[in-house]
Amino acid sequence: MAVVGQSVPRREDGRLITGRGHYTADVVRPGQLYAVMLRSPHAHARIRSVETGPARSQSGVRAVYTGRDVRERIAPIPTAWIPPGSDLAITEHPALAVDTVRYVGDAVAMVVADSLEAARAARNLIEVDYEVLPAVVSVTDAVREDAPRVHEGVPGNVALHWRAGADVDEAFRTAEVTVHRTIVQQRLIPNPMEPRAAVAEYDPGFESLTLWATSQNPHIHRLLVSTVLGMPEHRVRVIAQDVGGGFGSKIACYPDEVLVAFAARDLRRPVKWVEDRQEHFVATTHGRDHVEEVELAGRRDGTITAIRVKALANLGAYLSTAAPGVPTILFGLVVTGAYDIPQASVEVMGLYTNTTPVDAYRGAGRPEATFLIERLVDAFAAEIGMDPIALRRKNLLRDEQFPYTNAFSITYDSGRYQTALDLALHTLDVPRFREEQEAARLEGRLIGLGVTTYVEMCGLGPSEVAGAVGFQGGLWEHALVRVLPTGKVMVMTGISPHGQGEETTFAQIVAERLGCPLEDIEVIHGDTDQVSMGWGTYGSRSTAVGGGALNMALDRVIDKAGRIAAHALEAAVEDLTFEGGRFAVRGVPDRSLTFPEVALKAHLAWSMPAGVEPGLEAQASYDPANFTYPFGTHAAVVEVDRETGEVKVLRYIAVDDCGPLINPMIVEGQVRGGIVQGIGQALWEGAVYDETGQLLSGSLMDYALPKARFLPPIEVFHTETPSPHNPLGVKGVGETGTIAATPTVVNAVLDALSPLHIKDLEMPFTPERVWRAIRDAEKGAGAR
Amino acid sequence: MSEPKAEKVAVTLNVNGAERTVTVEPRWLLSDVLRQEFGLTGVHIGCEHGVCGACTILVDGEPVRSCLQFAVQAEGARIETVEALGTPEEMDPVQTAFWEKHGLQCGYCTPGMVLTAKALLDRVPNPTEAEIRHALSGNLCRCTGYQFIVEAVERAAELRAEG
Repeated sequence: MAVVGQSVPRREDGRLITGRGHYTADVVRPGQLYAVMLRSPHAHARIRSVETGPARSQSGVRAVYTGRDVRERIAPIPTAWIPPGSDLAITEHPALAVDTVRYVGDAVAMVVADSLEAARAARNLIEVDYEVLPAVVSVTDAVREDAPRVHEGVPGNVALHWRAGADVDEAFRTAEVTVHRTIVQQRLIPNPMEPRAAVAEYDPGFESLTLWATSQNPHIHRLLVSTVLGMPEHRVRVIAQDVGGGFGSKIACYPDEVLVAFAARDLRRPVKWVEDRQEHFVATTHGRDHVEEVELAGRRDGTITAIRVKALANLGAYLSTAAPGVPTILFGLVVTGAYDIPQASVEVMGLYTNTTPVDAYRGAGRPEATFLIERLVDAFAAEIGMDPIALRRKNLLRDEQFPYTNAFSITYDSGRYQTALDLALHTLDVPRFREEQEAARLEGRLIGLGVTTYVEMCGLGPSEVAGAVGFQGGLWEHALVRVLPTGKVMVMTGISPHGQGEETTFAQIVAERLGCPLEDIEVIHGDTDQVSMGWGTYGSRSTAVGGGALNMALDRVIDKAGRIAAHALEAAVEDLTFEGGRFAVRGVPDRSLTFPEVALKAHLAWSMPAGVEPGLEAQASYDPANFTYPFGTHAAVVEVDRETGEVKVLRYIAVDDCGPLINPMIVEGQVRGGIVQGIGQALWEGAVYDETGQLLSGSLMDYALPKARFLPPIEVFHTETPSPHNPLGVKGVGETGTIAATPTVVNAVLDALSPLHIKDLEMPFTPERVWRAIRDAEKGAGAR
Repeated sequence: MSEPKAEKVAVTLNVNGAERTVTVEPRWLLSDVLRQEFGLTGVHIGCEHGVCGACTILVDGEPVRSCLQFAVQAEGARIETVEALGTPEEMDPVQTAFWEKHGLQCGYCTPGMVLTAKALLDRVPNPTEAEIRHALSGNLCRCTGYQFIVEAVERAAELRAEG
């Protein structure tokens, strides 16, 4: 029976459901010390002095480090993405602030003590004399001429200035119709349920360091931590076993884990640091935060001819690891969305502000791109009086256009966009909905429909392209398949799942190819000493790229096993079949060997075919030829309560195409989770800073995450269009939900509010904001 | 100003069916004591301000946030953590249901979800979807979008009814 394509219950779950996982905060090392960070309470201030004497003299305190103490010993934290042509203004990011703090949460000192209590108590005794400086918080303020400078050497706070596409001014000048919107893509705070943590242990004999860390990419952490600490890379081991969600926020190399590693080496004692939730809000990277001027040009018949985007992107106080690539490459090159728009222009200014650094957050750039094009399409439809679904259908890419190269020279691999749209519309029954909507409106009720047709660029990605767009790493992936003498299989993969379930899906791929039971397979990840190399889990790349590597390694194992089997069966390799885990001579089924029998022969090596080495193990590195491009249609029906402004999602339909499904249940889980995060942005989530740079939404009491009772069941459907360039045909599904859901719900709410002539509203659509908009609209109507 | 040195006190806790006396500082949270003194790392710390529910345990059968209690307050109470429910080889029906229905992804909220669900089912053996969603609304999950958790609780009700 096929294993791939089955909803196999997850193999990682036993330990996780019974509380027996190994998260970083669970690591206990003999004699471990505890680290805490003293963080700046000011968004921008000069440090006049740091008095650590009383803290150091506390009993149980092993060390107190300030910026001055470590600046010669820890190199600045680097960014890892330098988009070409962006004039990236790289500034120094010290692990601990030396002269200036630049955001609330910027680390000023680290205390290491025998107990957490002692460390916290000593932290309270550190006296920092700050000279508070004016702060700049929003991008619109950051570009003002009189704006305070976040970094002395960066005039205008411009971190990067990036353009793509061609001049579209002529297209706009001559267009029959143009629409314009200002979009505020609010700042989000990732909030995986597990806060970040790091435990480091230095072995003075081996002169080696082990770092347990909440990482989505332990090999990237190994590279960056070893570089920053000046330790040879081969003496640094990074382990990320169970990781409690990341959503992009555990990609970056932060000062914290570097400091913990530094202290462990300096003090010759294991050191543990665990972020608390309030710390997470200020010290872990945020996401989104753009202000955009976006325009569409086209004809009265509904043909879209050009798009123009000018975006201001908030990068926060320092350039985080992947930050410069997010609002440029991952955003700008896909603003044409799923539509055939021949002309496009994007201009992005990335700005420094006195806020927490902004980096990848689920979708990373592509949700921002999808949001703006989906809003513009609805606005364009309203402008010409056309149904927004009809407008989408008219401009969607047609099947025969694939592979399709967009206006930014990005080539979408495959797609059947209209099929997904049809399935969503059929499921929804649009004519019946419109009747219901009409009836509801007569009763004064506000219900609305929002539709999004999206495409995502993911499966990151071809390394040559990574280099061309300035990513300071490769994006290929590595896998090793080790078959043991008993025929049991170990898989070492360079991806680093933290909830996505590859311990199961990768085992399914192995079981399918080798014909062995799932129980005989162990998938190992998240340990740089066990896995040769890898670039980690983000950008929906794990199955598309890591699965591709695994598939190649399996090809090699099967090839070698076949040669050994042929030799043992005294047959030619080409006369063998391999089915259901058994090598057999074609036409002579009783002359056969099982896969474990061949594995044993390979290891005993008593009689090997000429030129074949003993053992049964193969590795492969897979560098994809292109990104993958999942797509689909999402539709939402919402009701807005006129009295309270509360938005209720009544129905949510998702049709996604991520190619063939390895494990449909896991795919559904990814889709639903992503959608709820996307709904979160539309309706509830948003970071709020005051003008001095204090984060007002700095706890889970003030920042609303989606809760179980806020949500309807989500109806999930799939079409399957394989990626032609990928051995498994898979496209990636971790981010599609987040990308599609936000504009879907926003468009639905605005459709519901359209009888009140409310054209636009800033996210999140909290009851207060919606209620005010309704009240203002009704007042305005009364005045007319 | 120096922090007053906290005196440690002995407290006897009944945890997962066994009584043990530990010495703790009065300011130590029950969540920390369960993790550090009892080694029960299935008690996950997610926010330390009583919002996320990851540290949920059962105290006399009722779901309680162990980050909002001091360990010294729990003397005499019957404490259950996720470790007491089942093992990977022999799961409690609620855990089996979470496994079958893919009620978890990263697993961090899971112990709290499982215990909250168990307490609900102890009280309401056959809850409606709305009752389940309401009961789970004190537990945050960032991965699943909740639907498979809701279905897991419905499945758990079935499994428990089957005995």
